[in-house]
Amino acid sequence: MFWNTLLLALRAIRRNLMRSFLTILGIVIGVAAVITMVTLGNGATKSVSDQISSMGSNMLIVIPGQRFGPGSEGAPSFKSADVDAIRNQITAVERVAPMVNKTVTAVYQANNWSTVVYGSSNDYFQAGNWELADGRSFSETEERAGKAVCVIGETVREKLFSRQNPVGSEIRIKQFACEVVGLLRSKGQSAMGSDQDDVVVMPLRTVQRRLTGSQDINRLTVSAKNGASIDAVKNQLTLLMRERRNIGESEEDDFRVMDTRQIAETLTSTTKILTMLLGAVAAVSLLVGGIGIMNIMLVSVTERTREIGIRLAIGALEREVLLQFLIEAVVLSSIGGLIGIALATGASIVLAGLMNVPYLFDPGINLLSFLFSAAIGVIFGYFPARRAAGLNPIDALRHE
Amino acid sequence: MSGSPLIRLADITKTYGSGQAAFQALKGIDLSIETGDFIAIMGHSGSGKSTAMNILGCLDTPTSGSYQFMGVPVEQLSRNQRALLRRNYLGFIFQGFNLLSRTTALENVELPLIYRGQPVAARHAAARAALQQVGLQEWEEHTPAELSGGQQQRVAIARAIVTRPAVLLADEPTGNLDTRTSEEIMELITAFNREHGITVLMVTHEPDMAAYAKRVVSFVDGRVESDLGNGEAA
Repeated sequence: MFWNTLLLALRAIRRNLMRSFLTILGIVIGVAAVITMVTLGNGATKSVSDQISSMGSNMLIVIPGQRFGPGSEGAPSFKSADVDAIRNQITAVERVAPMVNKTVTAVYQANNWSTVVYGSSNDYFQAGNWELADGRSFSETEERAGKAVCVIGETVREKLFSRQNPVGSEIRIKQFACEVVGLLRSKGQSAMGSDQDDVVVMPLRTVQRRLTGSQDINRLTVSAKNGASIDAVKNQLTLLMRERRNIGESEEDDFRVMDTRQIAETLTSTTKILTMLLGAVAAVSLLVGGIGIMNIMLVSVTERTREIGIRLAIGALEREVLLQFLIEAVVLSSIGGLIGIALATGASIVLAGLMNVPYLFDPGINLLSFLFSAAIGVIFGYFPARRAAGLNPIDALRHE
Repeated sequence: MSGSPLIRLADITKTYGSGQAAFQALKGIDLSIETGDFIAIMGHSGSGKSTAMNILGCLDTPTSGSYQFMGVPVEQLSRNQRALLRRNYLGFIFQGFNLLSRTTALENVELPLIYRGQPVAARHAAARAALQQVGLQEWEEHTPAELSGGQQQRVAIARAIVTRPAVLLADEPTGNLDTRTSEEIMELITAFNREHGITVLMVTHEPDMAAYAKRVVSFVDGRVESDLGNGEAA
């Protein structure tokens, strides 16, 4: 009985090609949209957390204020003395990279380019996983004396020097000339969409003296020695900074020490919300697709009721008619679901490439969308038929 | 089953609706039909002839009375058992043809054989033979929309007789056709009755068509008014 009914179902699909196509189309679009959105969102999240974890698990970032990002004003910045104190007093600390940044315009000959100058030490390169494509990093003398030297990123090189080798040239930043001693290897876009190569790095002291005009430090990147407990270092850091910043017993910290896991959480929470939002929008399109199917099924119910009447008169059992309609619905929505998954996979790979995020196959969302589409097809295809198959054959035949 | 007629209706009634709005379409029908007979059921619209036909075809159930088909009490059968009875013993022709649209003539004729579970080869052969019997061997791959009314009714006849049913039920088979085509259709039906021994029950309101039958049963107002042999004239 099953094979014969399958044959009848396939014939019914074939003879209603337009209706079958529209049914499939609604499901294809819905499924493809949901899977693509969620896959890209997951890729973006993965990209952010990869970037953070590439910093290593022994990394701590100390910022003034309680929040990451804007709004931390009010809390005093760090000073060079803080850096020395951490180096000297916490034995488990390997490196401390101070950082101060300032937006400037860099000029070389007739070219100028607005970029961000980071003042730090050679530790900055280690902390940020930067490699040098050409030239060298800073010498100890240059760091101590605050010499006008810099290492530039690929984007800055391209904008100022086009195809030329920049090492050894001088670029002008504000009132002073600065020798380019090194070129960073390109990292491309960050997961958050910013260009990581749009950067000029100088010794901390150079930036403090010539650009910010203060002793302030915006951020400390601290790495612990191999084998040292990161939590212990974190506690010691917190205690030390509380002491140095004269925070009373009952007062809260006016700075924050974050490990890479916390940073990752902070940053990925944004992309996760975005993923959910996009997924929800796409789910609406899947729902609209479902309503489209329902519409098509309801419109065709008159014709199909007569068809059911004919089949019943000829001697089909009610359950044979129902099985046929069920198979039709399952076949159509499965084909739609599979095409949707294929389309989504293609679109996700292409878009992930364009957006510079990794492509992650998520079996969960594929399965979920497929099952949802199948359920829509079955419900909207099967239930109108169930009503018709329950009619007296003569009533079904007379249905107008 | 020796001795008992193919079909025996006893005091069949059918009431539509209930209470004040109730309408009694059949008011007690008694009818016996022997194997090989060709019966025309006549009557004006509203006389109950179509209702009787639907009950005879197990498409509808009577309100009361007993219906024995080959000695089996039909009113005691379940819905599925009635479907199986239709599948194995009955063939239908309707006024409106009732073919599956956008489906070829061959596939339409095959349909009852698929429900009977016949293997592909036997099914194709039987369907082709049936189409040939109604003179449509050239039209196997055409859909109903590409066929004339007479051709569609021939496909319907092929579909009805492809299973070699015991009884062929025809509800106004010529109602939508012109006179010449009607005569061709009636010749076909008569041939199946005469050559294959298929019992034919036909509802019609046209005396010209009833003239092909061996026996004419006239319905008036939900009752059998007359039940006459057509002699050997047919």
